[in-house]
Amino acid sequence: MSEAQGAPLSGSIMVVGGGISGLTTALEAAEVGYEVFIVEKNPYLGGRVAQLKQYFPKLCPPTCGLEINFRRIKDNPRIKFFTLADVEKVEGSPGNYNVSIKLNPRYVNENCTCCGACADACQSEIPNEFNFGMDKTKGAYLPHEMAFPARYVISPQIIGTEDAKRCKEACPYDAVDLDMQPGTMDLNVGAIVWATGWEPYDAAKIDNLGFGQYPNIITNMMLERQAAPNGPTGGKIVRPSDNKAPESVAFVQCAGSRDENHLPYCSYICCMASLKHATYIREQYPEAKVYIFYIDLRTPGYRYEKFYGKVKEDENVEFIKGKVAAVEDGGNGRVTVVAEDAVSGEKVQQTVDMVVLATGMQPTAVNAKLPAADLKYTEEGFIINDLEKGGMFATGCANKPADVMMSNQNATGIALKAIQTMMKR
Amino acid sequence: MSKKYGVYICKGCGIGDALDIEAICDVVEEEALPCKTHDFLCGQEGVDLIKKDIEENGTNSLVIAACSRRVNYNTFKFDGCIVERVNLREGVVWSHPREEFPKLTEEEKEDENNFDRVQMMAEDYLRMGMARVEKVKLPEPYLLETMSKKIMVMGGGTTGMSAALDAANAGYDVTIVEKEAQLGGNALKWRKQLPLQAPYEELIPPVAADKIKAVQDHPKIDIRTETVVARIAGQPGDFTVTLKKPGEKIEFDVPYPLPEEMRVDENGKELEHEALMEKYREYNEGRRDILTLDPNGEKFGAVILAAGWRPYQPKEDEFPHLGWGASPDVITNYQLEQMVAEGKITRPSDGKDAKNVVFIQSPGNGTDSDFPYSGVVTGMVALKQAQYVREDYEDGKAYIFYQHMRTSGLAENFYKAAQQDPGIFMTKGEITSVEKNGSGLAVSAKDTLLGENIGINADLVVLGTGMVPVTYDDPTVNLAYRQGPGFRDNEVFDWYADSNFICFPYETQRTGIYAAGGVRRALSVEESMEDASGAALKAIQCLESVNRGISVHPRSGDMTIPEFFFQRCTQCKRCTDECPFGAIDDDEKGTPKPNPTRCRRCGTCMGACPERIISFADYSIDSIGSQVKAVEVPSEDDYDEPPFRILGLVCENDAYPAMDIMGLHKKSFSADVRIIPVRCLGSVNVIWIKDALSQGMDGVFLLGCKHGDDYQCHFVKGSELAQIRMKKIGDALSSLALEEERVAQYEVAIDDYDNIPGIINSFVEQIEELGPNPFKGF
Repeated sequence: MSEAQGAPLSGSIMVVGGGISGLTTALEAAEVGYEVFIVEKNPYLGGRVAQLKQYFPKLCPPTCGLEINFRRIKDNPRIKFFTLADVEKVEGSPGNYNVSIKLNPRYVNENCTCCGACADACQSEIPNEFNFGMDKTKGAYLPHEMAFPARYVISPQIIGTEDAKRCKEACPYDAVDLDMQPGTMDLNVGAIVWATGWEPYDAAKIDNLGFGQYPNIITNMMLERQAAPNGPTGGKIVRPSDNKAPESVAFVQCAGSRDENHLPYCSYICCMASLKHATYIREQYPEAKVYIFYIDLRTPGYRYEKFYGKVKEDENVEFIKGKVAAVEDGGNGRVTVVAEDAVSGEKVQQTVDMVVLATGMQPTAVNAKLPAADLKYTEEGFIINDLEKGGMFATGCANKPADVMMSNQNATGIALKAIQTMMKR
Repeated sequence: MSKKYGVYICKGCGIGDALDIEAICDVVEEEALPCKTHDFLCGQEGVDLIKKDIEENGTNSLVIAACSRRVNYNTFKFDGCIVERVNLREGVVWSHPREEFPKLTEEEKEDENNFDRVQMMAEDYLRMGMARVEKVKLPEPYLLETMSKKIMVMGGGTTGMSAALDAANAGYDVTIVEKEAQLGGNALKWRKQLPLQAPYEELIPPVAADKIKAVQDHPKIDIRTETVVARIAGQPGDFTVTLKKPGEKIEFDVPYPLPEEMRVDENGKELEHEALMEKYREYNEGRRDILTLDPNGEKFGAVILAAGWRPYQPKEDEFPHLGWGASPDVITNYQLEQMVAEGKITRPSDGKDAKNVVFIQSPGNGTDSDFPYSGVVTGMVALKQAQYVREDYEDGKAYIFYQHMRTSGLAENFYKAAQQDPGIFMTKGEITSVEKNGSGLAVSAKDTLLGENIGINADLVVLGTGMVPVTYDDPTVNLAYRQGPGFRDNEVFDWYADSNFICFPYETQRTGIYAAGGVRRALSVEESMEDASGAALKAIQCLESVNRGISVHPRSGDMTIPEFFFQRCTQCKRCTDECPFGAIDDDEKGTPKPNPTRCRRCGTCMGACPERIISFADYSIDSIGSQVKAVEVPSEDDYDEPPFRILGLVCENDAYPAMDIMGLHKKSFSADVRIIPVRCLGSVNVIWIKDALSQGMDGVFLLGCKHGDDYQCHFVKGSELAQIRMKKIGDALSSLALEEERVAQYEVAIDDYDNIPGIINSFVEQIEELGPNPFKGF
């Protein structure tokens, strides 16, 4: 029927990480016709972007794109995904990898209808990791309302307690299985894509910026959760010490990034993220003042320049070029940002209700070593792709700091690189 | 297929407690359909019950009244069966809790004037589900009779060559079309290139030369230099491409649609069809119409547009304060690159060594933006060219003035490496003037990091100007499409052939044609090569989807295509005009010619058609219309105070999931509303609204995505077109003595689940204030 032969559409690809990059690689390859396995450590797919209120510069909700991607998964029998799963072992060579995957127990089986009876019955609460511990969730929980798969999880923290039994008893569908054991699964795949993503850099490591010392210093990802309608404050941005609406907020750019003592590179997204956060604050609080302390505002290209231009028009948003030297107690729960204005050379002290540290991204693989011996890393822990050799690839922020659009671009291309690996055999 | 029906009602998750299931079964049995109930339908036993009917009784058309179709999607998927999911759980029971909407007491039941709103809602949804399953067909894949899997790459620069190699290495035949005599594009002429890999510290030789060799040696790559695309006709899997020599005028040059001002007469009235065609032929004299296929054209299945960029050339008087136009020693970064390809850096004015070179990254004059059309790459280029100064002259000095050094991500390493060179000075600063100073130039800057104004005597000043996409000057792809030869909405993206979607960067609104590289954004070679891989993947994916007879993104896998009942077509051309993807052409008479593999199955054409002749196997005017008609509209004949009936047509991509979350959160809204999900608001045909109102429903609202420059509509134009149609329907309503306010459209996002109840309830209140539809009961 066709004039030319295409790819043979045999062979399968394992994608490690079900965040936006992993989902993209997986879907793009599967929609060409390949079998794809997604291995995700969380109980849900979507990764870091599921925690965001909005994407810059469009200010649209990430769940919109995720929903389409989940629908693509639902409609595509070639994709299989495993949540609460870790890759334990990888052996073999391009075109032929044997992989062992550990499946951690969810303690909830496929009978779950997502009715929520277990959570209603559960009495104990655990810190909500999805919200960076800013609130608590029941020991039986749905990670978030748009979680895919829409299935509850019972935290290992309540296993063996009366509460766990209560959850089991409450379930009308026999979906709670407290005896669920970790399992392993072996796969043979032709190519592996590491889409293991990033972690926010640990702000507590940056001594001079006061995180952990003063309650009203939060990170940019914490602000993102606060602003999200499904966040710990139902979308209200408040200062943690007294839940008061902040009248002034200072952003400390490059909190850890571009700093030889922490992350020597630029984390790519934080400037745009803070500009976006300024829009969140200004929309909620028409009187609030926003101060952004920066080294360079990295808003390259026509889209980002336009967005920056729009935020700049807001008279309540002030930009100060200067690296922040310290964040100190400002009295009455307030905090003072100390910096040197790089242009005037003057010392600036700005006391505000709340400080947001624009912490950068660190590749997840730095703190959780990947079980594949022949991966090459940069000094900072990003995986260097060997496109000549093929077989294994990194995409998204496992490969380099990037925004969502660049990650998706990259992840689409990496799907093809993985396919080519199968062609060579 | 002859249909054998089965209706299955789940009683789990609170459905059985909240509703009178027997009464619902009666509704089913009124239609003479078999009805079964189960306490836990999605459990093994429940599913087996359904499977048994499929296997033993040949049941093939199922109505499953349980939870939302967004959950248990695999559980209730049965091969060869039509499945309609009736959303009793999220849509009825969870979003209308009995604490708020109490059941009738036994006593209340005695009085026939009492009714149970929630029960009525559930029963209506069953009726609507049964109506739909009766009207829809099982889709079959649409396959082309002949198909080409060859890929054409437009542009033989680094991006184009990369894309060609990527596709060829995946097993596909590729033709590169390059307008110049030689492959390689801009990057071939550079002295050095930015790094491609970590540690991103050192310049490398340009990769273009190696790429040229690789494409030339590749058995699957065919190269046509000094060639351009005159037109691309047809559709994915079956494009007919006419190639020509640059500058040639041929009959298969693509014709252009008439500009707006030529479509009207002197009074501003749209011309009649015949007159329009006459003008169109005049306007495109010497060019064949889009529907005339070039018999000598070449067949391709998909296209990658890698036509690249041209340097931004400032207008003569654009930057007078930078000395541009006044001194030949003020040049652009591109001109410097041309100069160093030939030899050392010199002063254009007198050919003498240029040892002190100032690089300007921001034009200043009150703005801290970079030059137009720049990106990370233009900052990197300044750092690269500063190194040229240092290579050429041991005592050379480079000064870079920036407002923001935009070396994002790992590009920072390159910036840091440049900082190690004592001959490269970098500072923030706004250039206030560049003036002649003897044989050199005096450059003044303010607001620098040195805390004072700076003056520098320079031999040469280099402006960090940007990269203009070729689509700025010309549509380039030359599509023989009725809507015109270029990509849509490029003006929103400063004329880049870019996508509006962060999540789906390869969306181009023209199926089967994927842009990559400098035509999309100002990108470095590294970024362009990555982009090329992505575009190649999408081209291959499109081919394989066409080969299987299914849609590409966002309705990936959908087998339905719009079917036209041409006998009733009035040649109004609305479908052709409104299709967001330009999938429909029309002939001389204005009869639509659908191109099924260009189609994304949004249904905008179906929504646009005033004659209602367009339908999909599982989504049609009739299938939705029948659902509307299945809603029972109580009147005063039934109750003293009959409840209102309000129809909600809801975008299934964003608004419908948001409504599911409302259910999950037990957020309630009026129980007098009936929701029907639609593929896109663009697919909403006004007949549904008229039907609803003429059968006595009191109001209709639409929930869909945001439109405008930052549109969120997955089909780009759907919600915008719906808005236009709703404005028009207002006039029609007033002629029926119905208030315009009975129809409304709201923009919502997927995370608006906390706001939608308020939106719906206030619409319902507004309708209640207007009072019942006067047509009720007729």
